[in-house]
Amino acid sequence: MSTEGLDTFPKLLLDRAKRFGSRSAIREKDYGIWQTWNWRRVEAEVRALACGLAARGFTRGDKLAIIGDNRPRLYWGIAAAQALGGIPVPAYQDAVADEMQYVLEHAGVKFVLVEDQEQVDKVLEIQDRCPSLKEIIFDDARGLRNYDRTHLHDFEDIQQAGREFDQKNADFFEQQIAQGHGGDVAIILYTSGTTGRPKGVVLTYDNVLITARNGASFDNLTADEEVLAYLPMAWVGDHIFSYAQSYVTGFCVSCPESGATVMHDLREIGPSYFFAPPRIFENLLTSVMIRIEDAALPKRKLFDYFMRLARRVGPDILAGKEVSLVNRMAYYLGHLVVYGPLKSNMGMSRIRLAYTAGEAIGPDIFDFYRSLGINVKQLYGQTEGAVFVTLQPDGEVFPDTVGKPAPEVEIKITDNREVVYRSPGVFHSYYKNPEATRETKTEDGWVHTGDAGFFDENGHLKIIDRAKDVGKLNDGSMFAPKYIENKLKFFPHIKEAVAFGHQRDYCTAFINIDLEAVGNWAERRNLAYSSYQELASRPEVYELVQESVEKVNEDLARDPNLAASQIRRFLILHKELDADDGELTRTRKVRRNLILEKYLPLIDALYSDVQSCYVETQVTFEDGRTGKIAGDLQIRDLAAQPLMEAS
Amino acid sequence: MTPERKFGDVILSVEHITLTFGGVLALEDVSFDIRESEIRAIIGPNGAGKSSMLNVINGFYHPQEGQIMYRGATRSKMKPHYAASHGIARTFQNIALFKGMSTLDNIMTGRNTKMKRGLFWQAIRIGPAMTEEIKHRDYVEHIIDFLEIQAIRKTPVGRLPYGMQKRVELGRALAAEPDLLLLDEPMAGMNVEEKEDMCRFILDVNEQFGTTIALIEHDMGVVMDISDRVVVLDYGKKIADGTPDEVRANQDVIDAYLGISQEEVGAVN
Repeated sequence: MSTEGLDTFPKLLLDRAKRFGSRSAIREKDYGIWQTWNWRRVEAEVRALACGLAARGFTRGDKLAIIGDNRPRLYWGIAAAQALGGIPVPAYQDAVADEMQYVLEHAGVKFVLVEDQEQVDKVLEIQDRCPSLKEIIFDDARGLRNYDRTHLHDFEDIQQAGREFDQKNADFFEQQIAQGHGGDVAIILYTSGTTGRPKGVVLTYDNVLITARNGASFDNLTADEEVLAYLPMAWVGDHIFSYAQSYVTGFCVSCPESGATVMHDLREIGPSYFFAPPRIFENLLTSVMIRIEDAALPKRKLFDYFMRLARRVGPDILAGKEVSLVNRMAYYLGHLVVYGPLKSNMGMSRIRLAYTAGEAIGPDIFDFYRSLGINVKQLYGQTEGAVFVTLQPDGEVFPDTVGKPAPEVEIKITDNREVVYRSPGVFHSYYKNPEATRETKTEDGWVHTGDAGFFDENGHLKIIDRAKDVGKLNDGSMFAPKYIENKLKFFPHIKEAVAFGHQRDYCTAFINIDLEAVGNWAERRNLAYSSYQELASRPEVYELVQESVEKVNEDLARDPNLAASQIRRFLILHKELDADDGELTRTRKVRRNLILEKYLPLIDALYSDVQSCYVETQVTFEDGRTGKIAGDLQIRDLAAQPLMEAS
Repeated sequence: MTPERKFGDVILSVEHITLTFGGVLALEDVSFDIRESEIRAIIGPNGAGKSSMLNVINGFYHPQEGQIMYRGATRSKMKPHYAASHGIARTFQNIALFKGMSTLDNIMTGRNTKMKRGLFWQAIRIGPAMTEEIKHRDYVEHIIDFLEIQAIRKTPVGRLPYGMQKRVELGRALAAEPDLLLLDEPMAGMNVEEKEDMCRFILDVNEQFGTTIALIEHDMGVVMDISDRVVVLDYGKKIADGTPDEVRANQDVIDAYLGISQEEVGAVN
């Protein structure tokens, strides 16, 4: 397929409409039926919208904010703005008015395209504080009957005006598109901003198009893929998977009926190319397991038997490795009675390729899907790099790495172990923030990720922690607390963990047990307990946790870089770490420094010979009162495992 | 929030209605009217006769005295099937859905009066019967979209939470394309969020389809917010009738709701 001269999305759209006009481009479930638009119709819709916007005074360089759930009309809004040489700025639809105001004001948005009344209300509320804002266009007119319509327009009215405009100015649309070039700004995506204000990442057509093409060729994506667009449009992943790659390869994107029906629509569409953060894979698995627990005994036995088989041979079969004929036949039988129906139920029967990214995924969860024959892989990416930085190639999939550099991506590890990369996808700049741009991107195009990592012996990148959190043990070996904590937290009994070791002789950890999981476990063993504290101090629970810690140590011992950070002593905390006490952030991330100060006596005890330690802690209850929890905590010693050869 | 609206003519009026059960006087000489496109609330303390009033309008109870005038036709008693086929739809205080059937099927039953083909045709479901079913299904899908219940389209209603069932029941009433919608305590037993949702749907129905709505409600706050005019019943008698503000200021209403305190009784003496 020739891509000569097709250096912007609107140009691609014209080309698709001309050459593959009757192929499905986008789908939406409306009134219970999947409505499909082919590329010719999409072109007509985008043309009408773009001309309508132009008729209202939208010109080159203007910004169009797009706010709402994944809807075909909002995706057309992106293409229409780009056709006119404008810049689409998708915003998170669940942002509160204040956050939205920051984005609209900072980007200097002139037009806003929103989904429904909820978003219209939000934009009207902040209108006065966004001086550049001129017109609001909505998709769904429901509930807007009595609103002042001077600057509020129905999508259809805009398109109608656009069609009239188009008749009078026949070549306008094509001419506008012809003026766009690969180096122009394609889109501004605001990072969600967990730290400080969101930053607007400016990406050019070249950034987005080249990485989207590279990603597509890496995994041989074709026009026959099916994709479900359900993640926020303001997130770079959705922009690449549901917009850029659809335009590049021509596959059809389906928009769910509503946020609540996503899982159902997933089943109906049966996507072949699927992206989900680990959380979604986890929730799906949990809901499956709950339903299996409720099933009749024979079914449960059948499920257990075949899942054991799948875990043993499934990943190898998927990776195309050698598996004995007997096992293959048993696996095929399992496919007929368990795996097939299960996958169909989860909407994953047709998945050829699934990606997960964003955070570490539990190896058990990862293996579960792969053993069913679902090709889940991991990738590592950033908005600043138009997603793809590393990808796992087929046949080289491991639960604890994020894969090899994507095509045309160079990666270096700096002296302080930070991952830096350079690629065609590297962003142009942060919008109106040259200082942050300079901090992140070097003169010659290397981007600092802020993540620490290293390449393992297979040439795969392993991300271990935020670079600023990585420390050193006294013997000079690396200490990456989050990597260890994540490994601990993958065990269902462990809810939270805090690892220590920076400038110490060895590694230690605080553990929080998961009250629900361990409570359940204790009930089945007739262990009585009345509170978290009592349960946490039971020797049986210590045994349980110790087993998990030992497994983590075994795992760490396999890695020469991390073998030194095996956990030598641990204790189970007498209270749950809580955001109300300031120990966690509201998004449940550990506040390391605060814990270091608050529990100093406990840490000192971990680095001494004592076997128990008395502690008294002030806690804040949900109603704001404070109280004290006190008790003796036991400390367990563990032997370090010798360094093992990687298996 | 909504600008001053013009209400149409009287669509239904009840005149001098008296209803007794044996020796119990449920309604005594109650008269009021409902005008086109308004939201009319009937309120009152427990046992005031609100549901009885709705049942009289609906033709479920037959009053001993008085008459009902609906769309120009005056009659001494309404019949449920006449009411249903002439544009009066209702929901019930204790949800009356088919528990084992899906949301979709339940709402489809609301189209019953609109279906032209008989049982036989519907059973074999070919040709014209199919065409008709598709047409009705389309209408029902618009209601599902309107009430935002796509996610429970295929769920048996018995498995739904209470607030959702109420919404489905409203959907079924809407499926009949009513001119007059009677809602019996649409918000009873709901949490704040569910109440807000329901309020919005009631207002949207009224605004979008121009449906006249008569509703019984306990929650005074809700009633005062959404209704255009309010009738207050107490012990089967009408004690007030007017806009929410007028009703709120009415001393009889305050007494009926809050009771008369001892001090006030003393002060009167």
